[in-house]
Amino acid sequence: MNRRQKTLIYASFSAFLLIAVMAAGSFLTEEATRVDFARKNLLPSLGHIYGTDWFGRDMFIRTVKGLSLSIVIGALSTIGSGLIALMMGTAAAIGGRRVDACVNWLIDVVMGVPMLIFLILVSFIVGKGPQGIIVGMILTHWTYLARVVRAEVLQLKSSQYVIAARSMGKSNAYIALRHILPHAYPQFLVGLILMFPHTILHEASLTFLGFGLSPHQPGIGVILSESLNYLSAGQWWTALMPGLSLLVIVRLFDLLGDSIQSLYNPYKSHE
Amino acid sequence: MTIPLKPNPPLALPRFVILLRYSGKKALRLLLLMFAVSVVCFVLMKFSPIDPIEAYIGGEHASLPPEQIEHLREYWGLNDGFAVRYVKWIRGLLEGNMGTSIVYNQPVADVIAEKFSASLLLMGTSWALSGILGFSMGIIGALNRGKLVDKFIKLYCLTLASAPIFWVGILLLIVFSVWLGWFPIGLSAPIDATAAEATWGDRLYHLILPALTLSLTGVASIALHTRQKLIDVLDSDYALFAKARGAGKWLLFKRHGFKNILLPAITLQFGTIAELFGGSTLAEGIFSYPGLGKAVVEAGIRADLPLLVGIALFASAFVFAGNFIANLLYAAVDPRIREGARRI
Repeated sequence: MNRRQKTLIYASFSAFLLIAVMAAGSFLTEEATRVDFARKNLLPSLGHIYGTDWFGRDMFIRTVKGLSLSIVIGALSTIGSGLIALMMGTAAAIGGRRVDACVNWLIDVVMGVPMLIFLILVSFIVGKGPQGIIVGMILTHWTYLARVVRAEVLQLKSSQYVIAARSMGKSNAYIALRHILPHAYPQFLVGLILMFPHTILHEASLTFLGFGLSPHQPGIGVILSESLNYLSAGQWWTALMPGLSLLVIVRLFDLLGDSIQSLYNPYKSHE
Repeated sequence: MTIPLKPNPPLALPRFVILLRYSGKKALRLLLLMFAVSVVCFVLMKFSPIDPIEAYIGGEHASLPPEQIEHLREYWGLNDGFAVRYVKWIRGLLEGNMGTSIVYNQPVADVIAEKFSASLLLMGTSWALSGILGFSMGIIGALNRGKLVDKFIKLYCLTLASAPIFWVGILLLIVFSVWLGWFPIGLSAPIDATAAEATWGDRLYHLILPALTLSLTGVASIALHTRQKLIDVLDSDYALFAKARGAGKWLLFKRHGFKNILLPAITLQFGTIAELFGGSTLAEGIFSYPGLGKAVVEAGIRADLPLLVGIALFASAFVFAGNFIANLLYAAVDPRIREGARRI
């Protein structure tokens, strides 16, 4: 088996797992996390592999629901950020020196403000809950990808085949669609997938601090900040397992992004 | 026909003028960025759902007659145009008037000064620790590429890079506070003593866990980066040539590796200050460490807009200052910038 096939298997495996978590989370109903004091504070066992919490809710089900909500929020913010990045990056690359300087400066401004503090400020103004997180993340996460898009388009713009096409009288739209887009979109896609884990982690952090999801919504941040209250009672499993699951999901997205990148990269794909 | 020899170009400006011009440019950039951040903060404040009158007078504002409220609005300049209000606000800021914190009932500048000294200790410790540790880990990994040590370092960094900081903090709390009982759960000073009375020993004692959390997670990016850079250097032609002449691994690193990887590492480490701020917010939350991070969360939850905006402004100034120092260090270390125009 060569590396390309291995990478493909990795990629499809992580994609499958992520979709499975999302689907499982949306099929689970309120009934699954019903409060049941008869089975509270159970250690992880075969029946409840993540144990149960103070109210007897199964931690595994809560974790899966939380993760699937995180993935949905992450997806929305990633798409929004990606669109901004696409516009900003393209504008910087083709809009001339002034626009370029402007966009670069804007990127510096956004990157200079500590992200978590900016997110707190935005969520305070837009309101707590998913919409506050999503707006905040869309406003802050586009910078890196915008740089990638800008560099990519700049490089393509001055490539031989684009210059040749232009001198043959092809229209701008034709060049953009036939020559720039096919080369730029893999980079963009990879950037999007790699942005995903960041949004998920930031959502969890924000929720953990009390600004994101409200305490009755399922969320890893909610679970972990709750677990802080029961630590002194020796409940380690309510913190360990959900956090570990979050870590695994984030790693999976990273792996997915990396493997797609190496599949698309002509220099790497046949190694 | 003889071509007249061109006279040597006059020696470029003296070194300190180049450095001065360079740092002047960077300082101007810093000022521009701060201006942008202040505008963003002001716009956000303008759109916030908090009515200043309501915030200051509290629930009683309903019992005030409308003329009185109108009078107050006029008095505080709330009816002025956007630009006028901004100029007034920024003038106040420059004079050091950042408003009064609602939560702490103190001038915002005082609150920030007090909290920041605690945060600075935490961030400085973990910044230095993670920098040195990460740098050494990267070097060890690259020099032993492909061996077990390298694999372990890579795995550690990749895992910790995706781990939520607050989760790492909770795990440390479980191990060291709950199971081993070495540290109390929370507070940077004993609960019965005021902050001023806490001894240095106390402070250090309560600093250990949050600093450990930030350092454990902070090493990842710098270690991976340093490792990659050093591998690039070791794969280069000049390294191959040195090897052919019989240079050992250590000599190769000392003569060719170290200087080449130091610069990017410095930039990267100064660039992480923004992230460190976020990380310390989380760590302070978990370990109830009374720093800026804890204050910003408090301000956000209890709708203390002056403090929130004050901290946001202060934090960005801090981050920009970090980047500025990195640029100056760069100029001092990198001969290409230091010698500037003289080479061209």
